[in-house]
Amino acid sequence: MAPADLLSKNYASWGRYPVACPAAVERLAWRDALPDLGASERPVLAYGQGRSYGDACLNSGGVLLDTDGLDRLIAFDRVTGRVRAEAGVTLAKLLDVLVPAGWFLPVTPGTKFVSLGGAIANDVHGKNHHIAGTFGRFVTAMELVRSDGQRLLLTPSGEHDDLFRATIGGLGLTGLITWAEFQAIPIPSDQIAVTRTRFRSLPEFLALAGAAADQPYTVAWIDALSPAGRGLFMQGHHAPGGLPAPSRFRQKLAAPFDVPSGTLNALTVRAFNAVYYHAQRRDVARSQTHYEPFFYPLDAVGNWNRIYGRRGFLQYQCVVPFADGVAVTEALLAAISAAGAASFLAVLKTFGDVPSPGLLSFPRPGITLALDLPHRGPETLALVRRLNAIAIEAGGALYPAKDAVMSPAQFRASYPDWEAFGAHVDPKFSSSFWRRVTASES
Amino acid sequence: MPRLTVRRLLVVGATSRIAHETCRRFAAEGASFVLAARDPAKLDAVAADLLAHGAALAEPFLLDATDYDRHPALLDAAVAHLGRIDAVLVAHGLLPDQAKAERSVEAMRYAFEVNATSVLALLTPVAAYFEAERRGLIAVLSSVAGDRGRRENYVYGAAKAAVTRFLEGLRVRLAPAGVTVLTVKPGPVKTPMTAHLEQGVLFAEPEDVADRIYAAMTRGRDIVHTPSWWRPIMGVLRNLPERVFKRLGL
Repeated sequence: MAPADLLSKNYASWGRYPVACPAAVERLAWRDALPDLGASERPVLAYGQGRSYGDACLNSGGVLLDTDGLDRLIAFDRVTGRVRAEAGVTLAKLLDVLVPAGWFLPVTPGTKFVSLGGAIANDVHGKNHHIAGTFGRFVTAMELVRSDGQRLLLTPSGEHDDLFRATIGGLGLTGLITWAEFQAIPIPSDQIAVTRTRFRSLPEFLALAGAAADQPYTVAWIDALSPAGRGLFMQGHHAPGGLPAPSRFRQKLAAPFDVPSGTLNALTVRAFNAVYYHAQRRDVARSQTHYEPFFYPLDAVGNWNRIYGRRGFLQYQCVVPFADGVAVTEALLAAISAAGAASFLAVLKTFGDVPSPGLLSFPRPGITLALDLPHRGPETLALVRRLNAIAIEAGGALYPAKDAVMSPAQFRASYPDWEAFGAHVDPKFSSSFWRRVTASES
Repeated sequence: MPRLTVRRLLVVGATSRIAHETCRRFAAEGASFVLAARDPAKLDAVAADLLAHGAALAEPFLLDATDYDRHPALLDAAVAHLGRIDAVLVAHGLLPDQAKAERSVEAMRYAFEVNATSVLALLTPVAAYFEAERRGLIAVLSSVAGDRGRRENYVYGAAKAAVTRFLEGLRVRLAPAGVTVLTVKPGPVKTPMTAHLEQGVLFAEPEDVADRIYAAMTRGRDIVHTPSWWRPIMGVLRNLPERVFKRLGL
């Protein structure tokens, strides 16, 4: 609770924008010895690894409940693949245990350094969304502690199924998730068989995605500075072979300091993207790789967010419906290109129609575009607002976990269940994001 | 140095963050544990975690370390559950409120009892067991705080100094019997024990500390500093003349 806590651990978001200081931090260490959440005069919010980019994990002037100490496994059935663990455990630690036993996360985001509670609160998606849907679909049970002291067992079809649906993708606003149980998927090895195919335009990308619809994992890197949308389409599946011995992954590289802002300019990024696109000589290349570089290319560089310098960056991710999807995505790329906003390779993927269980879940059928925009000040915010307007007008939605800019009107337009969700918000819980998107606009 | 086979462990103070984190590394290799600690709910949480990490056995044993009469029973229970014991890891302790311990004899005595006397008492039957076995490993969490009496925490430091010195002698005594005695000297670590302190850059992550302890235990080392840079720092601090050290006000 000491203010000193704020100095020793950086309770920021991964994008480092916006900056929002909590008034206090409460470190949780044991599930059975939680502080009295109802006694807090300030709004409270669970904080796991802080890997949300915007302000969904921030609570300006409130209390953050640091769940880092709640990192224990409770049960792992090596025969059925059922895993029960405390909410603060990271996906990285889960993988350390699951993979040697022949199991894998049913859905994983692009970093393994997120907490289990955070993965549920943001109902994360992965490269297999078109087949598997979101992480929330694999959650079989969890415990939610409300500020009135109730400890509720939430299941997909149990007594509190409505609260279950609100808590999946509920941005931590329905209470404190203390533990969760999910179903892992079996794997024959720790290897992924990958096929990379070059594409020169968005229609070409869509054709590749359509042809690979039965592949477990698909994703594309695109050169966000090329308005046509050239890039590399990747598809993969778990390859046969042996499982590794239990080991503990150690991060090898890290950006130990902030790179001076301005190192990343349109020119360096343009060069980088061109090299990436042409690195592969043939149009189609097949290879086999460990799952780490396939799923978590950036995790190998710890604190990669620091390459954007002190001002941080804005992460942008939207989904737009398939109808007009190409035109809208081209419009987004054109706006980025016109602004000369340097972005490293952007990510393009199609979401499938497997429904998310959460009331506030982000994924829905369509094309999703994700990219980093180094924060250069008002011009960058203006660009993001422009992108937001294009996406929302096309009937799309923005990802709360990566958003720092969307307006209340845009939130309401793209999350029609927000009022039903609001009824489940715990009266003591709030976040900077929630206050922002539910503020009344004049 | 030959690698020690550590498959059957008795852990005292098993709910300590550092002990638990260290045990996870052995659990991943399928080790068996008898785990002693005071709080049943915390003990169960740790046991369940180790089983999920791959432990073959994680048997809880409720123990207040200052309950000296129960020490032999703990050892018996460990032998009963594990067959034989490869290693004993002693990790219980508390960080006393220094200001309170300066005013209250009772607070000072309790801090010394938990951090020193109960450890030495426990090591007495443990040493006898391993001496008779003519093999094994005794690993004990002491602290760099035991190397120099500091203004800020000399009550804690004095107790850890007693532990460190005791282990030195024990190491010499048990060496002919082939028993390894490992003194672990952590600097401050980010754990619930230190959560109320101002945690500066000197605070280590429990995972890194556990990696070092695991390596030292399996390699049969005598002393390990965690993180390693505490060794040269303490080397300097230990050898500062008292006149100089006093003026530093540390």
